[in-house]
Amino acid sequence: MKEVYEVRMHARAGQGAKSGSQLLAEAAFKQGKWIQSFPEYGSERRGAPTVSYTRISDKQLRTHEPIVNPDVVLVFDLGIAKTVPVTKGLSEETGILIVNTNKSPEYIKKVTGFNGKVYTLDATGISLKLLGIDAPNVPMLGALIKVTDVVSLETLETVIKEHFLAKLGEEKVNKNIEGLKKAYEEVTK
Amino acid sequence: MSEKKGWRELMRGSDLPPASSLEYKTGSWRTLRPIWDPNKCTHCMICVAYCPDMAIPVTKSEEGVKGFNGRVFKGTVRLETNFDYCKGCGICAQECPTHAIKMVREEEAEEASK
Amino acid sequence: MSTLKPLTGAQAAAEAMRQINPDVVAAYPITPQTPIVEQFAQFVANGIVDTKTIPVESEHSAMSATVGASAAGARAMCATSSQGLALMWEVVAAVPGLRLPIVMPIVDRALSAPINIHCDHSDVMGTATIGWIQIFSENAQEVYENMLLAVKIAEDKDVLLPAMVMQDGFIISHGVENVEVFDDDKVKAFVGERNPDRYLLDVDHPYTIGPLALPDYYFEIKRQQEEAMKNAKRVYIEAGKELSKITGKTYPYFESYKLDDAEAAIVVLSSTAGTAKDTVDKMRAEGKKVGLLKPKLFRPFPYKEVREALKNIPVIGVLDRSIAFGAYAPLYAEIRNALFELDKRPKLQSYIFGLGGKDIFKSQIEKAFDELLSGDVTPEEERYIGLRG
Repeated sequence: MKEVYEVRMHARAGQGAKSGSQLLAEAAFKQGKWIQSFPEYGSERRGAPTVSYTRISDKQLRTHEPIVNPDVVLVFDLGIAKTVPVTKGLSEETGILIVNTNKSPEYIKKVTGFNGKVYTLDATGISLKLLGIDAPNVPMLGALIKVTDVVSLETLETVIKEHFLAKLGEEKVNKNIEGLKKAYEEVTK
Repeated sequence: MSEKKGWRELMRGSDLPPASSLEYKTGSWRTLRPIWDPNKCTHCMICVAYCPDMAIPVTKSEEGVKGFNGRVFKGTVRLETNFDYCKGCGICAQECPTHAIKMVREEEAEEASK
Repeated sequence: MSTLKPLTGAQAAAEAMRQINPDVVAAYPITPQTPIVEQFAQFVANGIVDTKTIPVESEHSAMSATVGASAAGARAMCATSSQGLALMWEVVAAVPGLRLPIVMPIVDRALSAPINIHCDHSDVMGTATIGWIQIFSENAQEVYENMLLAVKIAEDKDVLLPAMVMQDGFIISHGVENVEVFDDDKVKAFVGERNPDRYLLDVDHPYTIGPLALPDYYFEIKRQQEEAMKNAKRVYIEAGKELSKITGKTYPYFESYKLDDAEAAIVVLSSTAGTAKDTVDKMRAEGKKVGLLKPKLFRPFPYKEVREALKNIPVIGVLDRSIAFGAYAPLYAEIRNALFELDKRPKLQSYIFGLGGKDIFKSQIEKAFDELLSGDVTPEEERYIGLRG
């Protein structure tokens, strides 16, 4: 892994990207890494485009600039790509783009103009089926760790349980874990 | 005139010892002095209530004191004005229902009391 | 022993407050300070601290209630940002003269207008002349440690002044980072209990606080306050030495990063100093001799020590995250002042950046360093980083 691994998440306010960024960071924290998780705040209205960042490193993180050249970009809603340059700074040689959509990676390449590695996952579909709401954050993390190994599935599972058990109760937490694993299996190249 | 303390000697900040205003004798500000005639006083306490400087002391008297028309007044009665703090504002004289208080120029009052 | 936790800067401040265990906290929520009090209110609700929280209807009331509690003898704290600090200003200005050791975390946010919720230092710079001790934090870890230091310094018998602990709004307050939290028993022993020599609830020893002081006394009282500020400079180092026994770290007035042989240096506060350190490393790897000075203690300002640290640097750029309209930028003015006593003074450049949360990137700091290295400076004309022309 690179010295500093950087993930950028584009989502709509309410889709849980801030929590997603934090869950990822906390999982890496549990694996002994230095982490940063920080959202870019605008006016917090449900549905507005948001950006969340995660940095993971073996060394102490000192910089406080936004992520310029991410290793991975997660797009929680394809519609955002129409107004926000989601692949900005993402290298076509080494960068990875993961999009929440029921369309194919080829289609995504066409609409985004990004010709690097593209993966797709119907994260909203999984969330709607299991939880009845559009909360694609946990499935998107499932896809991310399948594609990159940045943290282990087990650690992420533990973090999700710790994070949500008191807030959501056991049944919903189990559904989230199910969504995580389903995404882990279903992500397509 | 008392010497004022330098910054090193003052209490910290603007803190002060308690009730330090007692040391400040505002009676020296007086140009008119209230002269109280006990023989006209009904001890109604109106002057006591109105005095802005609480300069009219009161006491309890079981045997009573002689006042208006030679009557004896028992219970709470007023005493002579405390001239350490009376600024001579004249409110007591203004409010007294039996005109038992008269304002006199301070110099004249001093002369008379000698 | 210590525990590593993933915490935001706001949570780090609340974590310090948990260990400090103040008697009273009165605060009013304002973005981006809110999560400090939110987290702390959970500690109170869960019975982890025995603090009395006072819900108030405004920041003016928040600081008023804090003042009342502190005068009564309590260890009292408040927290705010931006307009909140502006609204409580009247009371904030009275605290140093009352000599109450109130500690207040400040989450720096731009001042209106235009309305903006993001980071700059214009809120706190407006209060730099009224007698609060001011400590700036680079990251969540420093927020946590500076809070502990602030209590120790503020309550010292030779100081008895209020203290503000700054962190950058959102960048630090809402960003999760690794924070090393030291053991409760050790930290609690370090901060101890507030032990005032006099307090209003001590009815056996009454005294008067906050009376009128006219020209015959006001000046003398203010001179005392300045003496306390001078003492704070000494006590900062003493408290730091004591805290380092727990943390193993040092607490200088400022951090010097690769300054010794630097041909150009940047001076910058808070979170941007971290970004600047990475820039220094990158440029050093390319053979460019650059360095950084990050002030931590801003009030009292350590002029002599800063002068000593910067005297041999040929060119210095000072990056301010606020403007002092019609004057040199606040940090630039201090650095310029500090260097005046030198016979051979470094060349200086003022840079303004990041107002209203405008991002600052390593590439921009690198560009500033390159300008400084080339000797291309205009000491009386400020430059702007990240401003559209």
